[in-house]
Amino acid sequence: MRSIEQLEMRGIHKSFVGVQANRDVNLSIGAGDILGLLGENGAGKTTLMNILYGLYRPDEGEIFVNGEEVVIRNPRDSMRAGIGMIHQHFMLVQKHTVLENVGLGYEKAPFFFPLREVRKRIEAEADRLGLHVDPDKQIWELSAGEQQRVEILKALLHDADLLIMDEPTSVLTPQEADGLFDILRAMSREGHSVILISHKLEEIKAICNRVLVLRKGTVTGEAQIEDVTMADLARMMVGREIADSYPKADLPEGEAVLEVRNLNVQSDQAVPAVQDLNLTVRRNEIFGIAGVSGNGQRELVEAISGLRHVESGAVHLNGEKITNRTARTINDSGLTHVPEERIKFGIVPNLFLYENAVLKKHHRNPFSIRMRMNYPRVKKHAETLVHDFNVDAASIGVPMKNLSGGNIQKMILGREISAEPDLLIAAHPTYGLDVGAAEYIRKQLIERRDTGGSVLLVSEDLEELFQVCDRIAVMYEGRFMGIVPPAATTIEQVGLMMAGCPAGECDED
Amino acid sequence: MPILEIIENILVRTVVAGTPLLLGTLGEVVAERSGILNLGVEGMMSVGAVTGFIVTFTTGNPWLGLLVATLIGAAFSVLHAFITISLRANQVVSGLALTMLGLGVSGLWGKPYIGRPLTTKMAEIRIPVLSEIPVLGRVLFSHDPYVYLSIVLGIVVWFLLRYSKLGITLRSVGENPRAAETQGINVNLVKYIAVVVGGAFAGMAGAHLSTAYSKSWIEGMTSGRGWIVIALTIFALWEPSRAFLGAYVFGCIFVLQYVLQPLGISPNILAMMPYLATLGVLFVYGLSSAGKRRMSAPAMLGEPYIRGSR
Repeated sequence: MRSIEQLEMRGIHKSFVGVQANRDVNLSIGAGDILGLLGENGAGKTTLMNILYGLYRPDEGEIFVNGEEVVIRNPRDSMRAGIGMIHQHFMLVQKHTVLENVGLGYEKAPFFFPLREVRKRIEAEADRLGLHVDPDKQIWELSAGEQQRVEILKALLHDADLLIMDEPTSVLTPQEADGLFDILRAMSREGHSVILISHKLEEIKAICNRVLVLRKGTVTGEAQIEDVTMADLARMMVGREIADSYPKADLPEGEAVLEVRNLNVQSDQAVPAVQDLNLTVRRNEIFGIAGVSGNGQRELVEAISGLRHVESGAVHLNGEKITNRTARTINDSGLTHVPEERIKFGIVPNLFLYENAVLKKHHRNPFSIRMRMNYPRVKKHAETLVHDFNVDAASIGVPMKNLSGGNIQKMILGREISAEPDLLIAAHPTYGLDVGAAEYIRKQLIERRDTGGSVLLVSEDLEELFQVCDRIAVMYEGRFMGIVPPAATTIEQVGLMMAGCPAGECDED
Repeated sequence: MPILEIIENILVRTVVAGTPLLLGTLGEVVAERSGILNLGVEGMMSVGAVTGFIVTFTTGNPWLGLLVATLIGAAFSVLHAFITISLRANQVVSGLALTMLGLGVSGLWGKPYIGRPLTTKMAEIRIPVLSEIPVLGRVLFSHDPYVYLSIVLGIVVWFLLRYSKLGITLRSVGENPRAAETQGINVNLVKYIAVVVGGAFAGMAGAHLSTAYSKSWIEGMTSGRGWIVIALTIFALWEPSRAFLGAYVFGCIFVLQYVLQPLGISPNILAMMPYLATLGVLFVYGLSSAGKRRMSAPAMLGEPYIRGSR
């Protein structure tokens, strides 16, 4: 007997300071359902689920389980009602083992030696649902896919009948994502229900049986999955058609802007992360780097942009040697960088939008005159960026952290592009962004290419790379498995190279 | 005096001198594992020492003194807990204020008792059979009850941290409070309990100083032990098992101050030893990458936790 046969949220309203995150949202889900919750970033999907999980209290609205109203004040209430949630950023203690993480808050374990009981339960679930993970490893030793399995185990051990998953595939390789879908299907067969928060249409189509679409906090569509096409879903989500290819100007091959020769870089753990790497990025080119994250892309980008020490090899920008120069020198010589962890490295969250708008140029004329900031000019520049790059913000005087992920990224991109760099490095620029914002950012990258710049784009999103790049290099364990033109290559071939097969050496079957 | 006897004497006094350090460090380990840095140990210890002394002096019962000192230490730490957990104020500032407040209050309360020795002190308990063992019997099994209490509490804290649900909860709260919250744990309650336990331990350590170690009250008698505890917590890498090692090593340094002084070594140099040793440990661990990983403090130490923040 499952405890959740039917769950309903009725008339949910929630607003944060000045932003209406949810407006009169109704949602219902039954046992065995896999419900897709689709929407752009900032559409209110995560807020809605945080309300269901007890992290936020709704301003208005009720929640019913099997027809009876339940009051959810905190996650404990939610867990008692049979609801489990897996957040986009895993809620795991990095320095603890899998067992300790799963045992955290596990009420049925005995007070002393609780982990023995946890180990038994993990082994049982692992066999039943194919959730295999080494229980004695510490979290930081695990891949993203394994960490996600730990999160699922946590929810299952707390008897979650309804599992909420926030963007579960955003950190997974395609193979890992398939594995996750198998697990979800097995859970659905056992009568568990799943709410899958996503903005990836293919994913929703592939795994869900029902879909609920949110836009700007309100429900804009609800359907059985077989009744709608991808185009329908996209329309409900963004309110317009989206481009699936991007026009590019036909331009002759330009001169080399960035040249990297025999580059060797170490990771934080002092092991080789980039090995004997060579690459050239030309003017009027978008050079893409594909690969599962953790194969040296981050170290490569940091080495080029002056944030990480180069062990050996050389980096040239416009023919000038910039190896192991400081980040500021490199920036000043025409290389700008959209970093991969945008909130950590791209902005100063507590500073105002207008201050963030001039970072890296704040110390120079005209934004400062000797020791004094020239705020009228700074603000004017910020206004221009907000306007030119469609940044949606209450005003330029709000702290940067109040913006949504997509708007933060638009602001960073705007700041970096407005410097008119010879080379723009963009690391995972559309990661975690909704379709609308991602499309906008891709267009801006192409715009930069067409107007005489060059772009080095690191991404895990193969479709994105195929849509915008002129050449794609596939990185695996610090080396390139091949550099291929997207027009003459299939996504499957690139997928094989991502798994470690050099170009042309592995057959597709 | 034969050399062996000197060593035995040093070891006996090392254990006694290490006891308040052990108690204090265990308490600070518990508090810091929950993510709350409490720099008020010196103050809480001092308040514990004066109240422990006053109660023992007036009632003649050192056990009552221990109880009251423990409660007062805990009560003082509630101040820090309220300011840092509920009001989310800066932990360093609040801790320093607590130290100054504790030193001031203890000086005030203790004024009438300066220079008046205790008539009844915490009696030594010889553990039957075990205390007959040569050398070891005197070093470990012929002491005042505080010594045994600190050892038992140390083992209890070590065991609970490692092998109980409470331990997993406490460690997780200090490492990733949001993860704990999403598993239905009341993060602030856990932090409150940890800080109050820390205060109680500091109070006990103070009572040991005034009712067992020296049997009199002198203003400022904690003489920096609260700060050594802070250093020891880092030295112990937030592990109760290493707190034992640290407390006795540092206790030994205290004893050596008296032993080596007649040999012409400046007591000022010896007084520096605990701090130099802490710097040394940080230095040695900082040099190796494996050490760096072990050395890492609870990830959210010193960071206020705000529920449901975006």
